[in-house]
Amino acid sequence: MKANPTALLLLIVAFVSCAGSTARGQALVADLSNHHVAITTGFTGTDVLLFGAVEGKGDIVVVITGPPETVVVRNKQRIAGIWINAESVKFEGVPNFYAVASSRPLDEITSPDILETQQIGPQNVATTTGADDRARPAKEIEQFRAALIRNKQRSGLYSVEPEHIGIVSDRLFRTQIRFPSNMATGNYTAVVYLFRKGEAVQAVSTPILVEKVGIGAEIYSFAHNQSALYGIAAIVIAVFAGWLGGVIFRKV
Amino acid sequence: MHFYLPIAEMSVNIFLILGMGGGIGFLSGLFGVGGGFLMTPLLIFIGVPAPVAVGTEANQIVASSVSGVIAHWRRGNVDFKMGGVLLAGGFIGSSAGVVLFKFLQGLGQIDLTIKLCYLIFLGIIGGLMFAESARTIIRSKSVSATRGKLHQHNWLHGLPFKMRFRRSKLYISALLPLMVGAGVGVLSALMGVGGGFIMVPAMIYLLGMPTSVVIGTSLFQIIFVTANVTFLQAVTTQTVDVPLALLLLVGAVIGAQFGSKYSVRLKGEQLRILLSVMVLAVCAKIGYDLIVTPADLYSIAPLVAH
Repeated sequence: MKANPTALLLLIVAFVSCAGSTARGQALVADLSNHHVAITTGFTGTDVLLFGAVEGKGDIVVVITGPPETVVVRNKQRIAGIWINAESVKFEGVPNFYAVASSRPLDEITSPDILETQQIGPQNVATTTGADDRARPAKEIEQFRAALIRNKQRSGLYSVEPEHIGIVSDRLFRTQIRFPSNMATGNYTAVVYLFRKGEAVQAVSTPILVEKVGIGAEIYSFAHNQSALYGIAAIVIAVFAGWLGGVIFRKV
Repeated sequence: MHFYLPIAEMSVNIFLILGMGGGIGFLSGLFGVGGGFLMTPLLIFIGVPAPVAVGTEANQIVASSVSGVIAHWRRGNVDFKMGGVLLAGGFIGSSAGVVLFKFLQGLGQIDLTIKLCYLIFLGIIGGLMFAESARTIIRSKSVSATRGKLHQHNWLHGLPFKMRFRRSKLYISALLPLMVGAGVGVLSALMGVGGGFIMVPAMIYLLGMPTSVVIGTSLFQIIFVTANVTFLQAVTTQTVDVPLALLLLVGAVIGAQFGSKYSVRLKGEQLRILLSVMVLAVCAKIGYDLIVTPADLYSIAPLVAH
């Protein structure tokens, strides 16, 4: 279990703003090429450019987190010769998407402890174990947690290695963030950290909204909000299409 | 060219889906089966979530059965009375199946159930069909010898609620087709298939219906059973992807034309042995996947409310 990311962020910002003259003012500014990712019918994933400027030397780390979801992790066991889902652990508040980018390898920038408390790197993603599973041994839960991250990485929703951030003359930086086509809709957050001598001295956060637009969005909301009517429409369309096919079939 | 499927929430290549529809459509035209038992595993294989594959395939089968039944109806090969009784059973079975589906989804056992159903039913049907057609080819005789099996089911003829089915030339208990319909209905909901591959042999061997009316009657009742599955899946799990179903359908309609033209060139028993080999191959693949140690023993899924 890890602390709430926004609370931590506020702490950092509060700390930084009290920290004196060097960090005061805008030592770090960042923005995105696009704050709104539209999932259209032709959507195959997209790239969003994150760019910014920093005053003085330092390392930049960018963390993008997707909307939280509840995930069930299941463990297969061999029963009577076949593999069957047996044990399961529920995790709440799991970001659907998690990407990280850094100007240098993370272990060169700061210590593992700081990476863990700031939730930087896929291994340090904050999760809350479901209420029913908290009584389990910590080691067992850790195994399930590791499996959760591994599966997310395999489906392309969690980054495996940090993407590279290029810094031009210790001032301007930019990085490309890849959003895959299987990403969830909702509110995403990009947090940009400035590290100096292994300490996070400043962090800025910026939102990204991912939503379905156009006909796809309408079909989705129809299917979820008026599911009975959607079911009937699906049948009517199928009957009509089948009849049409039958008519064409006869002509040929 | 890519298309984002709104319900499956993934991007697919349009030509891949059309090609899959075309390929399965060709086989269904060739063998006179719906092809759901091939399409659903194939959809899961390309990454469509299993519940979406099942719900969408049911929707597509509605369409392909409608176009199939038109031709049989014109030739008078549909026993509506028998279809109606099968259908009554089918409604009961498929409704129960959708409830069961949601329950198993919550338990995390839906994938296993789908695979086990495929393994068992494809194994039995494929094995029987293979043995029967191989025997026929070896003896080069008509299939009439196997029809003798019917007389073992004497107790079945003793069941109450006897009904006359004129088109099928049968006087049997209505409970029999009702049970067959219900059983196949459960499988339709669980496996995302029309159930023709189980229904057709059951009608021939269990009910003793003449082969000429079997296909048309089974298609007729499959329309309603899969429509019921489509509706119930849309309401309970929201897993019916209409755009995906339409894409598959376009391919399937075209493919089926070529398939049925090609089928004239092959003998009945040759068709059956080819179909049985294909069924057994799918069965073997599913069985192998259940036994072989998975690459990752852990899997993740979003929480499904009970």
